[in-house]
Amino acid sequence: MSAQPSAPAQRALPFRVRFVPREIVPGWLPALVSLGAIVLALLIGAVILALVGGDPIAAYAQIARSSFGSVAVFSDTLVKATPLILVGLACAIAFRMRLWNIGAEGQFFLGAWGASAVVLIPLVSNTTSPWIVIPLMMVAGMAAGALWGFIPGILKARFNVNEIISTLMLNYIAIAWNNYFIFGMWSEGGFQMSKTFPKNAWLPRLADYARSVRAFSGLTTHLGLVFALVAAVVVWFILNRSRWGYEIRLIGDNPRAAQYAGIPIARHTVLVLMLSGALAGLAGMSEISGVVHRLQGQISPGYGFTGIIVAWLAKLNPFAIILVSILFGALILAGREIQPSGIPKMIQGIILVCLIASDFLLRYRVRIQRVR
Amino acid sequence: MDPIIILQAGVATGTVLLFATIGEIFAERAGVLNLGVEGMMLMGAMSAFSVANSTGNAWLGVLVGMLVAGLLSQLHAFIVIQLQADQVVSGLALTFVGTGLSLVLGEGLSKAGAGALLPRFSLPGLAAIPFLGPIFFTNQSVMVYLGYLLAPAAWYYIYHTRPGMNLRAIGEYPAAADSMGVNIYRLRYFYVFVGGMLAGLAGATISLAVSPGWFSELTTGGQGWIAVGLVIFAQWNPLRAMFGAYAFGALRRLILDIQGPALLFGASNIFKTHQSLTYFLEMLPYAFTVIILVIGSREAVRNRLGAPAALGVPYVRGERGR
Amino acid sequence: MIEPSSVIQMRGIVKRFPGVLASDHVDFELRRGEIHALLGENGAGKSTLMNILAGLYRADEGTIVVHDKPVNFSSPRQAIQAGIGMIHQHFMLVPSQSVTENILLGLDHPRFRLRLAENERRVAELGEQFGLKVDPKAKIWQLSVGEQQRVEILKMLYRGADILILDEPTAVLGPAETEQLFKTLRGMTTQGKSIIFISHKLNEVMAIADRVTVMRRGKVTAADVSTKSTSTAELARLMVGREVLFRVQKQPQTPGPVVLAIEDLTATNDRGLPALQKLNLQVHAGEIVGLAGVAGNGQRELAEVATGLRRAASGRILLNGENLTNQPVRRAIARGLAHVPEDRNRVGSSPNLSLTDNMIMKQYLQSPIGRGWQLDAGEAAAFAQRLKQSYEISAPSVETQARLLSGGNLQRLILAREITAQPKAMIAMQPTQGLDVGAVEVVHRLLLEQRQQGVAILLISEELDELLSLSDRVAVIYEGAIVGEVTDGDIEKIGQLMTGSV
Repeated sequence: MSAQPSAPAQRALPFRVRFVPREIVPGWLPALVSLGAIVLALLIGAVILALVGGDPIAAYAQIARSSFGSVAVFSDTLVKATPLILVGLACAIAFRMRLWNIGAEGQFFLGAWGASAVVLIPLVSNTTSPWIVIPLMMVAGMAAGALWGFIPGILKARFNVNEIISTLMLNYIAIAWNNYFIFGMWSEGGFQMSKTFPKNAWLPRLADYARSVRAFSGLTTHLGLVFALVAAVVVWFILNRSRWGYEIRLIGDNPRAAQYAGIPIARHTVLVLMLSGALAGLAGMSEISGVVHRLQGQISPGYGFTGIIVAWLAKLNPFAIILVSILFGALILAGREIQPSGIPKMIQGIILVCLIASDFLLRYRVRIQRVR
Repeated sequence: MDPIIILQAGVATGTVLLFATIGEIFAERAGVLNLGVEGMMLMGAMSAFSVANSTGNAWLGVLVGMLVAGLLSQLHAFIVIQLQADQVVSGLALTFVGTGLSLVLGEGLSKAGAGALLPRFSLPGLAAIPFLGPIFFTNQSVMVYLGYLLAPAAWYYIYHTRPGMNLRAIGEYPAAADSMGVNIYRLRYFYVFVGGMLAGLAGATISLAVSPGWFSELTTGGQGWIAVGLVIFAQWNPLRAMFGAYAFGALRRLILDIQGPALLFGASNIFKTHQSLTYFLEMLPYAFTVIILVIGSREAVRNRLGAPAALGVPYVRGERGR
Repeated sequence: MIEPSSVIQMRGIVKRFPGVLASDHVDFELRRGEIHALLGENGAGKSTLMNILAGLYRADEGTIVVHDKPVNFSSPRQAIQAGIGMIHQHFMLVPSQSVTENILLGLDHPRFRLRLAENERRVAELGEQFGLKVDPKAKIWQLSVGEQQRVEILKMLYRGADILILDEPTAVLGPAETEQLFKTLRGMTTQGKSIIFISHKLNEVMAIADRVTVMRRGKVTAADVSTKSTSTAELARLMVGREVLFRVQKQPQTPGPVVLAIEDLTATNDRGLPALQKLNLQVHAGEIVGLAGVAGNGQRELAEVATGLRRAASGRILLNGENLTNQPVRRAIARGLAHVPEDRNRVGSSPNLSLTDNMIMKQYLQSPIGRGWQLDAGEAAAFAQRLKQSYEISAPSVETQARLLSGGNLQRLILAREITAQPKAMIAMQPTQGLDVGAVEVVHRLLLEQRQQGVAILLISEELDELLSLSDRVAVIYEGAIVGEVTDGDIEKIGQLMTGSV
């Protein structure tokens, strides 16, 4: 029986379209459908650009040039991809359990705040070894992010508060919290930013090694990328090779079966949201320590929300998240040069729309039948 | 810091939230969560402003803004009703599409400056009521007055009319409504459209009345998301939404104004001496929404209030379980 | 004498579902003003036949004549327009809305304004007329099950139905409510309504019906039986059939010591009403104890409390002497309590995960699959492969999603999983519900093998055949307590105990 509500039986046509639930999904199909969705999205984007009088080919060429055109710009693309990978992982692990953490943005800000606190309170001096400062900032950033995940987690586990809204609200609270420190306690001379961090709180960049490797000169890619790649491996292991990951997948697919199998759902809700928050917090730390080098208001062009798209596009697969993040990093980077500046954002949206729509093709087969 | 000015401004800016919130209430009452309010508002604000500027007719702008946002909402409706995709992700996608598209199409509008605007006026007679008159009926935009009518009308529609009753049923227990011959799919499309139109109206209210002009993403500045939260605060009730929206608007104005006076309740004003403390005031509405959720979840268990039971769940008819 | 006029005639109705012939050339006739019982065991095809009449399913073959007019319904709405209203076991009521609103739902009038006060008065009047007392202003969630049922009936009467189909209406009612319902139904027939009463409870059929049609395995075994000229025993024979349907090889076996002991167990159901009331039951090693009872007498709650899925209010559950009362589910699993849940799709398996993931559900904590915090994917796959082979689960691979399995294969998977854990005791609820004959036999064989292995098995089922052929003892549950035990297979006595008439 077709579950599809209205496979319209158009009388005027000599055939009709029916949707039949797909029994077996061939292994190659998801990748093909995703690729098709992206191509279709780029085509739709091109049509819209042409309609408003732009030159789509030039626009796409410019996007490609300004993100992949040279080693230097590709390095910048990787810099943009770094927080996306971490935030994408944060979303992926929560989504696996069907926890809609859309608070990665707030967790990112709190991670940045926590890392900054190490330098700005200060807990360390200008002369402390970076081998101590950097790990301390990582721990502080992840702990602050985890705290921001713990709150919606406990609210969900204890009071059954919808995590979509609580995480969303916590985003605003996190930004206001940051602003309080930027404008007040840590403000430098009344400006809306903190002082620049001392060098021992900077993540090393490739350019720092230009003296030994000439080719690295001017490259901005920083150690945060390594954190992100390691995190991807760790998350993959957790999800696919650990007991905890199995439990997360089971809860995500069928909480009643998980309960039947003896898995404590409430505890996992809190833990998963904390881990999710910690990853987003690490992204905030890496951005602060690797790129911005100070706490300020404009540290995220919506990484937290883009991370949701990244996770979804990658079908929650940690390694696919790396690839998708690079693509989206490129789009964000291009957004600063390309006019109108909304183009990359629009394309991101269209890609996501096409992708979730194309999921339908994975669940149903389209059959075209002759009308007898 | 004049309380009357704060409340007057609160009602004006709150009207934007009110429209968007009521729109989302309609969609969610029908069982469809649409997180794309922000995107629809931006599209509404941009197209309304654009049309008003080029034609000189602000009302035409409002109409087009509503239609464009309504049309955008149908993308979400198709994806979640027809294709049964996840409503959270689709709503987010809609926000991105709406934001991006409005930036692309609104390119250059920010330099245009304000042209045709919606009228603002005082209501003779009512404006003379002490205290309430200056707040609600003096020198307000026509949209504010429309808000006074819309919220009770929406409330009446939902609770006291036959279509409103069907609306509540399809969000609560679609199978029951379906078994009695209510067309779930058609109604869900319709109410998502209504939600989109009202989000568009909210956008048009910004760009043509409350803070005229087109300032790219800053035009809405996250108010669409606040509206999503307000729906829960309002417990899906338009009258409670009215209270919440105006209170939110007033609070935003209060945060600006509270930094002025040297004395507050006879004591030295810490918000003047430490202006950054106002950020804690800024947190209040959001923290309050979360607290309402906690209380609400308790209350909901007791009174069966709260979210429509089928919210976010695609309706699939007659699937014979194995 | 005037020939009683027939209002419904169904002729040669055939309905096939994948793998099942649910309705096999069935004839059915209803006369004006009668209460006509459609009697049969679960799965006999009663509900299918009536769902066809109510417009939910379409018959593959056959004709239906209502009020002398041939009809062919494609939706419940059309059936209602023809005056046929069905009250399902699961009520179709919106919990947050009032009685009146639920009755008005989907109608074309009132045009716009609800005019609640006016319609509430009309609902109250209608209730008065038919003896269906319910507060028209009350919200559905505030009502008892019996009151909700009245709302469902009112909903149909309000739409002008003169033929009512009630699907197992007493399954959810207490004795007092049942009596009330019967009185109402009799009153309605005097006002010209005709009623079809679907049931498998003999005593009720004898008490309420004028005539009976008996179904078994999709066929009518007796039609036009007058309750005045028959007996409970005769109906039981017609319903169950003389022959035992499954001849099962059961080795004689002396039970061992008590493994599973349930003492004075009390618990509430989802609505907070008492479901178990000081229930006592013991299951010995190597013994199958069948639990018979009409659905909704506490069977589900018993299975859930015993396995740790539901809290006990008082009393104890002992497994080999260890107190498992209100302990985490994980404890019961670790101590060797296997559970074959009633709902294989929603509880017993995870539909979108692979067969492997579903098979290791009770094993992933132990070596070799679980090693510390790790999960050995290779070992898991090998384990799944072994189970798939030895239990002959037909699926393309162990990576296949569980939702793609047939009911029989899924049940095999669940049993394989539970058995491999080498349980001391097993609680199996409705293990053969909805399975075809072949699959039923496999399940029976596996359960008997476990008995042979010395496992203490509590078999909860509504299929009397199954209980009688598999069990060493049959205990009967009624209103949350064990009301008696049968060891000699006396079907009539079980039936009487089930209906609380002893």
